[in-house]
Amino acid sequence: MATVKISKKLIAQCVKLTPDLAERISLMGIPVESENAEEIEIEVLPNRPDVLSIQGFLRVLKAYSGKEPGLKKYKVNAPEKNYKVKVDSSLKDIRPYTCCAIVKNLKFDDSKIKEIIDLQEKLHTTLGRNRKKLAIGIYPLEKITLPIRFEARKPQDIKFRPLEMDRDLTGLEILQKHPAGRTYSDLMKNLDRYPVFVDAMGKILSMPPIINSHETGKITPETREVFIECSGSNLESLKKTLNIIVTTLADMGGKIFSMEVDYGKKEIMPDLSPDKMKLSIDNVNALLGLKLKEGDLQKLLPKVGYDYSKGKVSIPAWRTDILHEVDIIEDVAIAYGYDKFEYTIPKVATIAEESPMTKIQSKISQALAGLGLLEISTYHLIKEEECVKAKLKDEQKIELENSKTEYKLLRPNLTLPALRILSENKDNEYPHKIFEIGTVFSLDRNQNSETGIREMESLVIACSPSNFTELKQILDYLTRAFALNYELREVKKEGFIEGRTGSIFTDKRECGFIGEAHPDMLKQWGIKMPVCMIEISIGEMFKA
Amino acid sequence: MDHKEDSVLEELAERLSPLEQKVIPHLKLDIDKIVAKSGLDTTSVLRALRFLENKGILRLNIKKVKIIDLGINGIYYKKNHLPERRLLLTLESNNYLPLQKAQEASGLSENEFKVSLGVLKSKAFVSLINGKLSLTATKEDLVKKSLEEQLLEALPIEYDKLAPEQLFALDNLKKRKEIIVIEERSETGFELTELGKKIAGKEIKTDYIEEVTPEVIRDWSRGKKFRKYDIQAQVPRVYGGRKHFVNQAIDHGRKIWLEMGFKEMTGTKAVTSFWNFDALFTAQDHPVREMHDTFFVKNIKGKLPDKEIVKRVKESHEQGVGGSKGWGYLWNEETAKRVLIRTHTTALSSQTLAKLKKKDLPAKYFAIGKCFRNETVDWKHGFEFNQTEGIVIDPEANLSNLLGYLSEFSKKMGFDKIRFQPSFFPYTEPSVEGLVWNEGKKEWIEVFAAGIFRPEVTIPLLGEPIPVLAWGPGFDRLMMMAYEIKDLRELYSNDLKKLRDIPLWNK
Repeated sequence: MATVKISKKLIAQCVKLTPDLAERISLMGIPVESENAEEIEIEVLPNRPDVLSIQGFLRVLKAYSGKEPGLKKYKVNAPEKNYKVKVDSSLKDIRPYTCCAIVKNLKFDDSKIKEIIDLQEKLHTTLGRNRKKLAIGIYPLEKITLPIRFEARKPQDIKFRPLEMDRDLTGLEILQKHPAGRTYSDLMKNLDRYPVFVDAMGKILSMPPIINSHETGKITPETREVFIECSGSNLESLKKTLNIIVTTLADMGGKIFSMEVDYGKKEIMPDLSPDKMKLSIDNVNALLGLKLKEGDLQKLLPKVGYDYSKGKVSIPAWRTDILHEVDIIEDVAIAYGYDKFEYTIPKVATIAEESPMTKIQSKISQALAGLGLLEISTYHLIKEEECVKAKLKDEQKIELENSKTEYKLLRPNLTLPALRILSENKDNEYPHKIFEIGTVFSLDRNQNSETGIREMESLVIACSPSNFTELKQILDYLTRAFALNYELREVKKEGFIEGRTGSIFTDKRECGFIGEAHPDMLKQWGIKMPVCMIEISIGEMFKA
Repeated sequence: MDHKEDSVLEELAERLSPLEQKVIPHLKLDIDKIVAKSGLDTTSVLRALRFLENKGILRLNIKKVKIIDLGINGIYYKKNHLPERRLLLTLESNNYLPLQKAQEASGLSENEFKVSLGVLKSKAFVSLINGKLSLTATKEDLVKKSLEEQLLEALPIEYDKLAPEQLFALDNLKKRKEIIVIEERSETGFELTELGKKIAGKEIKTDYIEEVTPEVIRDWSRGKKFRKYDIQAQVPRVYGGRKHFVNQAIDHGRKIWLEMGFKEMTGTKAVTSFWNFDALFTAQDHPVREMHDTFFVKNIKGKLPDKEIVKRVKESHEQGVGGSKGWGYLWNEETAKRVLIRTHTTALSSQTLAKLKKKDLPAKYFAIGKCFRNETVDWKHGFEFNQTEGIVIDPEANLSNLLGYLSEFSKKMGFDKIRFQPSFFPYTEPSVEGLVWNEGKKEWIEVFAAGIFRPEVTIPLLGEPIPVLAWGPGFDRLMMMAYEIKDLRELYSNDLKKLRDIPLWNK
């Protein structure tokens, strides 16, 4: 989760520092992660990448507190000579777009540089999906010569000194040797040519989305003017990202200059003119349950950074999250105050209903608890080594991709987890009488399901030390309690003693087994006491 | 013997159990001898002594002794050298080995090898030069037994008798797997009180009735007396059968939903990405859809539902529906077919909405059950967790209703103080976070995630933008709060002792 730390001194310039400050900030849609005497750490929700900087947060706060309400305006100066970027057609299937701008009049110090790099990195991980979707480069203008070319080159034809390296590397070497190269090399997989930004003197500025050049791509406290580019495949996201960066730099005192980007079509960037969207006051009131009037909207919308006039909302060009009218309506609710809403419950009659499976399950557990059995609740996933212990066949195994723990497969029955629990409780007082009700998984060979997996609700009972008679008594009790008849047929079952194991049939349907565990299997599990078990498919036996 | 003392003894005799009567004649002996002379087993003698302690006849002194002994691996290592010694011996005969080779040559498991390497490095006995392991220990270093080796040889030993260097070695070995076991044993002794000294050694015969038997009832006559019990005496514990405490809490949650008029949804835990993500307007490149967050099932491709719904969901993502801009990318059917185990119960809500008929409105549904995330396990994370969720599908519903339902639900869960703040979920707008006041900790705790489904969700599933209110509390967090459990793993550890002893869910 992305967070930003803001000094309370800065906050105090907009609002009073009251004890409920954190709560008030949370009500603006910006949860507070932590707070101390000097600063507040905010958590930036994924829908608000424009708040990933101190400047972004202050912009929201200034509007909300009434200090600077409404849509914030930024001046964009026309491009000067050679303020051009040409996107080569060789990038068409590699990285087809870039959005660029220049910002001047900057005064950097180490902490400001860190702020900018932080913002860049946070945008990379959030909006940029770890640079997969987009990457951002910022370069000192004095070190480069305009115009710029964005093109694709064979890795061996790329050679420059990347940031934090003491010598020139080729494109391939960067992926192998540079830390950023290694981290993001997956993004270049299957590419025979890599994208590079090149200046008018032929100097390589960077190889996105991996790394900038040490010579032309490093901001220092002496830097006054910067060239900014965002590259990727989704033009819309790139534009928004560029807008977030240039407005942040403008809030630091910078002057924005636009550039002409030619990606087959020439476009002047950045475009900070607001998006427009219709807002119906009826829709606002219907969705929020309020009775707002036109005048209320005129007051509320500027509080959350919009301009509003006659049913039309002007949306900041750096907001990425406004897809639909409802997104603006939520902001109206935020401006109104989540703490000011009335709590109402409509008087609608609906009929409550428990699912039949739940009903039968709670009756079964009631009956078994009455016999003194203890319910356990185990994971739906099992370990690979347990499949070996239980001698599972391949067709019983349903594996998950890339599990981070040793639990890697869906359980085929509840017998297996019950044995695990018995083995883990060796040191607890005996007897152990346990049961579990839960879902088990098998492959759906008839392909009736959307998922190809068949799920059944199952019941397992395990007692230790115990014997066949005790378990059969329990089975008797359970079937009598549900007015069912059953019949046992001797069966051979892996892990259970022959002649002491049977399939359970009700109405000629096979619905489970009862049996005494074989010492061989118990030894595998490290269980020292005799175990008897029953496992029943609830659907089959109780017709739920 | 004066009169007063006489009556004390008489009073005492009236309360002596048969066990105590058998023990008293031998009270001047120590416990082992009492066992031998009385013909009782040790447990019974100890029980009798406890009873006598309650009567002021003796004072038990129970000394707990911690004994350090060899664990399974310890026994093996004592015979066959500690792994670090084996590695040293290997290097002594064959220096400058690459890591892999050194492990093979020493015959250590990967884990043993890692540990050994750490131990030897910290003692500066070996160093790694150009990926090769080289011996830097002196001859004397090699001959000397390490503290750990010395300790292993000294076991078993009482903890209190450990010398400082043994304690140090113990600390090191304790961290390693099953080398050491620490057992607690208690040793019981007793001393007689003044009263005890008077009574010890005497044969006390009484004719008080011990048990009420059918014969006692049949032959009852006045004048007979019952032995008086020590009703304060501890009795052995019994355990009842019961539901798992997590399921007790779930039952409570279900009851609340039912009381509020909701109908239970059930469905499979394995679902297609379509229901878990796509139908909920979660873009296909959203990070939550990656393998390191979600459990996808290997080698299975699912099927998509009704074509019409698929078409509408696709449109919703690509160019948007109902005035939405959509996500503006090419929606991929194959991605939606990937099968996973549900990451939230909302996967049931989306399926329910798709089945709903207009004549069924307004309608209220809830679901409760396990959900899954591909997480490592630690005190606050697990790969399985319980979630519950309710939805209200009502053409007239609004945010003020949502907050109303939430505050009512929260009251039923036992939280009277609730506040709301804005939040974000990909499929709701507006979104709400509900926080409840924890009086014990004096802080607000995030409990409810809530919101109104986006039109990009409702239009494809319901055919039109009907408001759907949705909310759910994180169940595991509530249970941890109620039971004051600090470690999430305890919820699913199935330690039978804990399951037997934990109080019933009492809400």
